[in-house]
Amino acid sequence: MNPHQDEPIYLPTAFHSRQQQHNLLHAWGGWNGYLKPEAYTDIELEYFAIRSTTAVFDLSPMNKYRVTGPDAEAFLNRVLTRDVAKIKNGRVGYCIWCDDAGQVMDDGTLFHLGDNDYRLCSYTRAYEWLYWSSLGFDVAIEDETGTVAALAVQGPTSCTVLTAMGVTGLESLKPFGILEVSFQGQTLTVSRTGFTGDLGYELWIDTSAGEALWDALFAAGEPYLIKAIGTEALEIARIEAGFLQAGVDFVPAETAVRRGCTRSPFELGLGWLVDFDKPRFNGRKALLAERDAGSRYRYVMLDVDGNKPAHHSFILQHGKVVGTVTSAAWCPTAKTNLAFAQLELPADASLTGLVAEIYYERELRWNKVLAPCVAIDRAPFDPPRRRQTPAPAL
Amino acid sequence: MTDVDVLVIGAGHNGLVCATQLASAGRSVMVLEAGEQPGGMAVNREIAPGFQVPGCAQWLTQFSPQLIRELKLEQHGLELAATDLTSIGLSADGNTISLKQGEVSGEISDADRAAFAELYRLLSKVNRLLLRLSKRPPPYLVEGKLRDKLALADLGLRLRLMGSDDMSELLRQALNNVYDLLQERFESPLLKGMLSLEAVQGTHFGPRSPNTVFTLLQRKLQWAWGGEVSQVRGGMAGLGTALANAAQAAGVTLRYGAEVQSLIMPGDCVEGVQLADGTELRAGCVVSSVDPVTTFESLLGLAKVETDTARRVSQIRIKSGTAKLHLALSGLPNFTGLDASQLGQRLLIAPDPNYVERAFNPVKYGEYASLPTMDISIPSVNDPSLAPDGQHVLSAIVQHVSHSPAGGWSTQRERALSDWIDCLAQYAPDIREHIVAAEILTPADLEQQYRVQGGHWDHVEISLDQVLMMRPFPAAARYDASVPGLYLCGAGSHPGGNLSGLPGRNAADTILKMEKQS
Ligand SMILES: Cc1cc2nc3c(=O)[nH]c(=O)nc-3n(C[C@H](O)[C@H](O)[C@H](O)COP(=O)(O)OP(=O)(O)OC[C@H]3O[C@@H](n4cnc5c(N)ncnc54)[C@H](O)[C@@H]3O)c2cc1C
Repeated sequence: MNPHQDEPIYLPTAFHSRQQQHNLLHAWGGWNGYLKPEAYTDIELEYFAIRSTTAVFDLSPMNKYRVTGPDAEAFLNRVLTRDVAKIKNGRVGYCIWCDDAGQVMDDGTLFHLGDNDYRLCSYTRAYEWLYWSSLGFDVAIEDETGTVAALAVQGPTSCTVLTAMGVTGLESLKPFGILEVSFQGQTLTVSRTGFTGDLGYELWIDTSAGEALWDALFAAGEPYLIKAIGTEALEIARIEAGFLQAGVDFVPAETAVRRGCTRSPFELGLGWLVDFDKPRFNGRKALLAERDAGSRYRYVMLDVDGNKPAHHSFILQHGKVVGTVTSAAWCPTAKTNLAFAQLELPADASLTGLVAEIYYERELRWNKVLAPCVAIDRAPFDPPRRRQTPAPAL
Repeated sequence: MTDVDVLVIGAGHNGLVCATQLASAGRSVMVLEAGEQPGGMAVNREIAPGFQVPGCAQWLTQFSPQLIRELKLEQHGLELAATDLTSIGLSADGNTISLKQGEVSGEISDADRAAFAELYRLLSKVNRLLLRLSKRPPPYLVEGKLRDKLALADLGLRLRLMGSDDMSELLRQALNNVYDLLQERFESPLLKGMLSLEAVQGTHFGPRSPNTVFTLLQRKLQWAWGGEVSQVRGGMAGLGTALANAAQAAGVTLRYGAEVQSLIMPGDCVEGVQLADGTELRAGCVVSSVDPVTTFESLLGLAKVETDTARRVSQIRIKSGTAKLHLALSGLPNFTGLDASQLGQRLLIAPDPNYVERAFNPVKYGEYASLPTMDISIPSVNDPSLAPDGQHVLSAIVQHVSHSPAGGWSTQRERALSDWIDCLAQYAPDIREHIVAAEILTPADLEQQYRVQGGHWDHVEISLDQVLMMRPFPAAARYDASVPGLYLCGAGSHPGGNLSGLPGRNAADTILKMEKQS
C-alpha cells in the first residue's frame, strides 16, 4: 500500500471547508500548491456576479512576501522597475520586476502597509530571488503565503456588502488605497484592488480567521446575491479589463528554458512601469540598451471581428504571420471579442490590416475564419464605478 | 570635473603594472595604496633588527622575462640574486631529490627519471597553450563576438596541433586530481609529495581534490618558457620598488597611506573614490586591484549592483589555508643530506602525497596542520644583505592552516609556532639552536596585513569554475566589473594569482580597447 495515498497533493486554503459547500461542480484544480475551485456552479453565472452583484474569489494561494526593515524601500527599488518611493504609506502599486537582462520575471502588487513595511504579491515563487536581491540591504523577508488568507470581493455591490458586514469607512477608500479594520479581534486589511477591472476590494487576514470571515461575508452578502467564483470566470473578467496574466501572456524569466522566449517590459506594453530616473534597479542597463536599440516584440490588444475567441491564433498582416495570441475571450459585458497578441513588429510599424486566423470546432468539424482585427489602446471594459470615490453603494 | 583619467586602487604588482601601461598610453593615472610601500603581497618584513624576510610571497616564478624587458624593470632597479633555483625535496634520512626543468637527481629510479622528463614535456607543452590564454582576456563562450570565436578556434587548432596523443592525455587529465595522475606515473613517494605540494600551494585543496591537475599547471606556468624559480635581490620588496619606479617614470602618481574606503557611485556609474580620511577623488574610471569580494562588498557595496552580480559575488570561493613561518637565525642550520651550498635553493617538506593530503585534513575542520608542508627559502644565502653579517633569515610557506581556528589564534599561536619548528627540526635537527627571533603569520594575519580577504594567494580560489571566462564570475571576467566605470586588475581576475603581472597587463589592454570602442 502506498503510505501517502491519503495525503492531498494540493493543500487546502483557509476557506476550503466553505468552498466545498459551494462547489457543486467539484471542479478543483491546483494553483501554486493549493487546491482552487475552477468553477463552483456555472461559469457564466459566476462571471455575471462579477459584473452585476458581488463575486468572491479566494486568492490565498497567491505568493505573498512581507518585507520589513530599515532598507525595505531601497531593497524594493533594486528589485522593482518603478519608483517605490512614489507608493505612499497606505497605498498599493502595480509593479513588475526584471532579471539583470531586463526580462520580466513577474508582475504583482506592492502593498505599502506601514513605515518600512511592505507586502509584495507575486504569481511566481519569488522568495529565492528576493533573498539574493536582499544582499547588501538591511531587510527581513517573510513568506506569508501560508499564513495570510485573502479574498477578492468584486462587483458593483461589493462596497455595500462589505459595509453591511461591518467594514466602516469603505466608501471613502480610493482605488489602490488600504484600510485596516478590526474583525472579530483580528486585523482585517482591506485594499481597493482587484483583477476584474470593476469596483472591488481584496481582504487580507490571518488564516485562523478565514472561515469566520467567509461566513460573515456571505451572511452580509446574501441579500445582494453574493456568489463564490472560480478561476474560469475570473479569466474572462481579467481579459475584458485588459490585465496580463503571468505564465499566460508572458513566460516569467526565471522559468523560461529557451532563449528568446521571455519578454521585456517594453515588449509587454509595460514600459510605463520602468523608471529610468532611478539610478539603479535590476535590468536597468539592459533596458536602457533596449530602449535605444528598439524592442523585438510588441504587445497589442485586439478587437477581433465576429464572436469566435481567437484562442492561440496566428496574427497575419498582408498574409504574413506577424505574431500570436496569448489570451482571448468573448467579453460579454463589453460585447467585444478581445485578444492579447505578441507581434514581432517594431514599435512604429503600422498596425493596419491585421487578421486573426481562428480555428474552431463544431461537432468534430473544424472551421477556419480569417477575422480582421483592430488594435485598441484601452480595454473595452472600464466602468466609472471602478474609480469613483466615494464608491457607489446601494 | 575629474582629478585624473584613471584611479588604480592598490600598489600591488598588478596595480602597478596596470597603471604603468595606462600611463604609457597617455592616460593620467593615480595609484592609491593603503599601505606605506609598493608591492602588495611582495614586500619585505623586518622580524628583528637587520633581519629582512619576504613578508608574504618569496619566489619570483611567473614574472616573464618578456614583461621584465617591456617594463624595463632592470633599468628601474630590479636585480635577481639567483635564478633557476633547484627545488629540493627534504627527507629526514637525507635521501633528498632535486628537480629542475624536467631533470631529477638524487634517490630516484630510472623509470621515475624518465617519467618526470615526460611529464615535464607534456605540462610545458600544455602550459604554452595556457600562457597564450593567460596573456589575453578570456574568450566568452556564450554571446561571443567574432573575436571570441577566433580565439576559441585558435585554441581548438592549437589543441589539435599538440598531436593526438598529447591532446587526448590532456583531455583525460585536465579535470583530474593530481594524486591519481602522480600515482599513475611515479614510484618515488618524495617525488610525488613534491609535485603534490606544487599543485595545492595557495589553495584549499589536498592532492586528492579535483582541480589539482589544473592548479599544478597554473602554478608552473613558467615551464612554458623553461623558467623555474628566482630570488629578487634586496628581498621581495625589490620587485615592488622597481615597479613603482617604472610607474613613476611613465608618469603615474603614487600615493601611499591612501586607503580607499568606498567607491563613489551616485548614479549607475562609478565616478571616483572616497579615502578613509574623507578626501574624494574623481576619475574617468576606477581600476581595483583589491580582491573582488572586498571590492564589491566593502568598497562598492552589494546594494549598488544588480541581483545576479550580488549573488555571484556572495558565492565566490576564497577559502585559503596558507600561512608563513619566519625565523631569524644566528647561523646556517644543517639540513640532513644537504651541504651548505644547497641551502640557497628552494627546500620543500612534502615527503609523500599522503603527508600532503593529511596536512590538508585539519583545515577542513577549522584547525591547523601540526605537520604541514613547507616551501622554504633561506634568502640570505644568495643575498647576505638580508641579515646581519654571518647570520640568516628563513622564510617558509606553510600549509594548510585554518583562517579562524576554534578559540581564535591568540590561544594557538605559540603552539603552532612550536609545532612548525618541531616539524622543521625533523629535517634540520639543529634549527632551534640558531633561532634568534621567530614569528608566524596566519591567514588571518595575512588578511589584515595585506588587505586581502582570507589572505588568499589568488584573491579568488583557482578552481575550474572560477577560471577563464568565469573569473571571478562570468559577468566580470573581462576586467570590466559589470558596473560602468569600474574595472578589476588584481589576482582575482584572469589568469589569477602569483607574481605574473598578467591580470594587470590584460586589464590595461582591455580598458584601452574599450575606450577606443566607445
Ligand atoms: C603566503 C603567500 C605566499 C605567496 N608566495 C608567492 C610566491 O612565492 N611567488 C608568487 O609568485 N606568488 C606568491 N603568492 C601569491 C602572490 O603574492 C599574489 O598572487 C600576488 O601578490 C597578487 O598580487 P596583486 O597585485 O594582484 O594583489 P596584492 O599583492 O594583494 O596587492 C593589492 C594591494 O592593494 C592594496 N589595498 C587593498 N585594499 C586597499 C584599499 N582599500 N585602499 C588602498 N589600497 C588597498 C593592498 O595594500 C595591496 O598593496 C603568495 C601568496 C601568499 C598568500
